[in-house]
Amino acid sequence: MRLLAVLACILVLAGCARNTPEEPVLDSAVTGAGNASGPLAGSQAALQAAAGDTVYFAFDSSVVRPESQAVLRQQAAWLQQNPNVRVAIEGHTDERGTREYNIALGERRANAVRTYLIGLGVPASQMTTVSYGEERPASVGSGEQSWAANRRAVTSVLGTS
Amino acid sequence: MRAGQPGWTRRTALGAGSVMVAAMATQASAQLTVTIDRGTIRALPIAVSPFASADPEAAALGVQVAEVVAADLDGSGLFRTIPSTAYLQTPEDLQANGPRYADWRTINAEALVMGTASLADTGTLVVEFRLFDVLSGVELRGLRFTAPTADWRRIAHKVADDVYARITGETGYFDTRIVYVGQTGPATQRVKRLAIMDQDGANNRFLTSGANLVLTPRFAPDGQTIAFLSYAATQPQVRLIQADGTNERVVGSFPGMTFSPRFSPDGRQLAMTIASDGNADLILVDLASRGQRRLTNGPGIDTSPSFSPDGRRLVFNSDRGGSPQLYVMDLASGRTDRISFGQGRYGSPAWSPRGGLIAYVNQRGADFHVGVMRPDGGDERLLTRSYLDEGPRFAPNGRVIVFERADPSRGRSRLNTIDVTGYNIRELPTPVDASDPDWSPLRR
Repeated sequence: MRLLAVLACILVLAGCARNTPEEPVLDSAVTGAGNASGPLAGSQAALQAAAGDTVYFAFDSSVVRPESQAVLRQQAAWLQQNPNVRVAIEGHTDERGTREYNIALGERRANAVRTYLIGLGVPASQMTTVSYGEERPASVGSGEQSWAANRRAVTSVLGTS
Repeated sequence: MRAGQPGWTRRTALGAGSVMVAAMATQASAQLTVTIDRGTIRALPIAVSPFASADPEAAALGVQVAEVVAADLDGSGLFRTIPSTAYLQTPEDLQANGPRYADWRTINAEALVMGTASLADTGTLVVEFRLFDVLSGVELRGLRFTAPTADWRRIAHKVADDVYARITGETGYFDTRIVYVGQTGPATQRVKRLAIMDQDGANNRFLTSGANLVLTPRFAPDGQTIAFLSYAATQPQVRLIQADGTNERVVGSFPGMTFSPRFSPDGRQLAMTIASDGNADLILVDLASRGQRRLTNGPGIDTSPSFSPDGRRLVFNSDRGGSPQLYVMDLASGRTDRISFGQGRYGSPAWSPRGGLIAYVNQRGADFHVGVMRPDGGDERLLTRSYLDEGPRFAPNGRVIVFERADPSRGRSRLNTIDVTGYNIRELPTPVDASDPDWSPLRR
């Protein structure tokens, strides 16, 4: 999904700030793709550069930590600046729990982020949530450092509406 | 067949396209016992003579049938098969003259299985077997099985089930299948596919392509339908698929992600979790009407339901008390009691088909355990310990538990079985990494 969005942006690059999938500018895709000087507007990379797309949680917790609040404020600002961008908040957990409990915990984390962003003025319609539980670790390892890196919610650009 | 042997009697068809069974008359009561004591299992020494045949093709199958019977019995941990190289009486002599009990006593066999294999019509295998109590010199059992030759392993499993039942007094579990999630690829981008295999790992096949993440397959009580979690749609949802990989379909449309499906014992309902707005609750879906009933309504996580065999109660996992624990709900009254009070966190409960035990995962300190307790929470016993043991599910006779064990030091994840007494842990052969097992009912 995310990859598709990025590809779509590459296709319409070269000063094309708005994604208009019905008008792919294929010529400029060829020339423009190699000349990109920064992340594409409305892309995952742009979100990452402007705000960071990931916040982390304590073990078995879905409480938004103080250090995550700044990231989420920036995410909220970015989402408000890009009102046509739709995102999925992905909830993830470490592997230190049972699979099904972790799916529920991931959903709770994703929803905590979504609720927080709504509280900052992001329209609810701009965001969906999905839980992957422990299925998509960011870090592979069997220690606290990996587990902590995997207890996260990732704001993932789906595309534009 | 020996002179004076009672003839074949009942002939019972056990379902379409499956194995036909006929009982040979002698039905003496078993004198043999497997002793399961606190601390030790005295496995019963048993001889399984290669099943004889005059026809070379059938003879080859007869040898293989006997090998599968022996492997099943050995694998249970309740029997110890004596290697056929030690047998003094040949299969042919056994066939012609019946057991020379002294020969079998000499090699310390307490029970003896013998049989014949023959090819009837085209592609039909007929297996007859007899079970003897060597110590008292009594024939305990005689049965004939008829099935398509391609199903020869099923015949062997049915023979093993019958021997197991005759001697232990419990129903067997060998003619069964295990559905699981097969895993390939790097850990951050695992490809997961539903897979199904015989209980001993034979006849493995994949049911889904791997294009979409799939998790937690669960058999319907008929063993033909499987409920699972699919990430094929934007919103992950419970789906159904047939055990042959056909007819994948959704259960319904729900205002949230649905997961952790479990069939009711009558197969008519599906208990599952629906999560939305950060809250996971249990619902019951009637598969015929698609009507829904909400079972829990609290702010906490309620998930991983499992029905009691009478369908009246549900054990499930909830963090309503502050940490994940096990609870039992009476479905008629709604009364709910916490049953786990040990150290650490609990999850993945599975109610034994026999009713008397609940298996679960317990996480304490750095370790995961598979444990069992009574449905009232009593007699808690931890059976295993490792970095990550998950997803215990019972064999249909309630005697054996299958679970997933992940071993990060070797970068692998496999299915293991263990006796409910905590003995006889064994890794099941799977062609790829494996998780999320569920054990089918006995096949018909």
